[in-house]
Amino acid sequence: MTRVVAALARRALRTTARRPQFVAPLVLFPTLFLAANVGGLTRATSLPGFPPVPSFLDFQLAGSLTQALLLGGVASGIAIALEIEMGFFDRLLAAPIPRVAIVLGRLCAAAVVALGQVAWFLAVDLAFGGSVEGGPLGALAVAAIGVVAGVGFGATGITIALLARNVATVQGVFPLVFVILFGSSAFFPRDLLQSPAREVARYNPLSLIADGLRDPLVGPVSAGPVLEGLAAAGGVAVVMTAACVLALRRRLARA
Amino acid sequence: MTGRARIVLWLGRRGLNEVLRVPGASIPGVLAPTIFLLGLTSMFGAAARLPGFTADDFATFIVPVGMLQGAAFSGAATGVNLARDIERGWFDRLLLVPAPRLTLLAGIVASAALRSLLPSSVVFAAGLLIGVPWPGLGATALAFALVMGLALALACYATTLALAFRTQQAAPLMQMGGFVLVLFTPAFAPEDLLAGWMHAIATVNPVTYVLEGARQGFVGDVTWPRTWPALAALGGMLALLGSLAVRGMRRTGR
Repeated sequence: MTRVVAALARRALRTTARRPQFVAPLVLFPTLFLAANVGGLTRATSLPGFPPVPSFLDFQLAGSLTQALLLGGVASGIAIALEIEMGFFDRLLAAPIPRVAIVLGRLCAAAVVALGQVAWFLAVDLAFGGSVEGGPLGALAVAAIGVVAGVGFGATGITIALLARNVATVQGVFPLVFVILFGSSAFFPRDLLQSPAREVARYNPLSLIADGLRDPLVGPVSAGPVLEGLAAAGGVAVVMTAACVLALRRRLARA
Repeated sequence: MTGRARIVLWLGRRGLNEVLRVPGASIPGVLAPTIFLLGLTSMFGAAARLPGFTADDFATFIVPVGMLQGAAFSGAATGVNLARDIERGWFDRLLLVPAPRLTLLAGIVASAALRSLLPSSVVFAAGLLIGVPWPGLGATALAFALVMGLALALACYATTLALAFRTQQAAPLMQMGGFVLVLFTPAFAPEDLLAGWMHAIATVNPVTYVLEGARQGFVGDVTWPRTWPALAALGGMLALLGSLAVRGMRRTGR
């Protein structure tokens, strides 16, 4: 089982690396959005009510990382939908391997991609004058939340792909990523959001994940936000992985 | 009507038919700028309280940005559609038409200008619904004219890429160009409030002047000193990107 999962994860990573159209949205698009936000709204930190942060880049980084992780989830879904459309997924189902390994392999790949995204954004932060105020422990906390959230978002994308069975539907989720993001405190302090985003952000688990990612970047690691972020990311990962396995069983029952 | 004009019209109509025949393909291009307008207003609305912000509220300031994003999506869609036609062999059949390549190019990109009216109208209407003041007929007409011009220029850019790569896999490159050009401007804040490096980029980015031209009626009065740089920047972009597209068309199949 472990060998099969590892082999499928390796294959998924190779496929991702070979298709620039998959890689570009994973890091390039959120990085450009980060640059546009930071360059355009750098004075926002002087707004009354804005929490004290080393720089607007440090504050925005968590939002862009959350965005990248969400887009990684969409990319996982598109990859599975492509395999379904091209018939490769059916060949995997016919292979003498545990079926759940197909999902787990893809989720392992999602975890590796998420780790790469965390490394990329931390590097961008440091390269452009930002800092990880929480030090190495803070970087570890960001990586942990990022990887768990990446698995959760990957499982969400794969679930949608297994239910929809076509690329167009999964691609249609793309705008929804922004709806979910804009209804969270990923890019701006919750108290400064306009209504109704402020109210939505209060109950959006993405706010917890983004705040958990942000905490070690803008100050010393504090247990509260990091553990809340980890718990929210873990909740998304557990629930969506279960949904993913259920969607796979449903597909097998129909096959 | 001359034969060449008929070809331009026919190809333009074919491009527009896609909106009716494949409405699903147009939805992201309409949804995305609208979501950006509503989402960014909800998120960054407080930025309008910064000293030196030149609009009463953030939505009014970024409605023209959303409209130009609609133009960028329409321009990119033209390139993606052309790449699909190349992949399927339809474009090779089009090249057999006894017409100059320039005429074929004009037909291909013409639809982008008209298509851009769909997302920009939706963004404009969404802006009015959330309380953006009516800028007046002249300012509205100028904003839409600049949107159409930018869509035309970005369609030339996307067409150049489609002809060079000959695959829909180049779609992210086509979309990224317009995305960068529109956002690396005083999109979210007036020039005086931008970070130094962003101010430097915005100064040399021609879309800054197009945006300022489209925005002027929303945040004040339409004036010639703000209008002519927009028209000049658009003219320059059309000349540069158009000539690259013409070069690509002339090289195709040789």
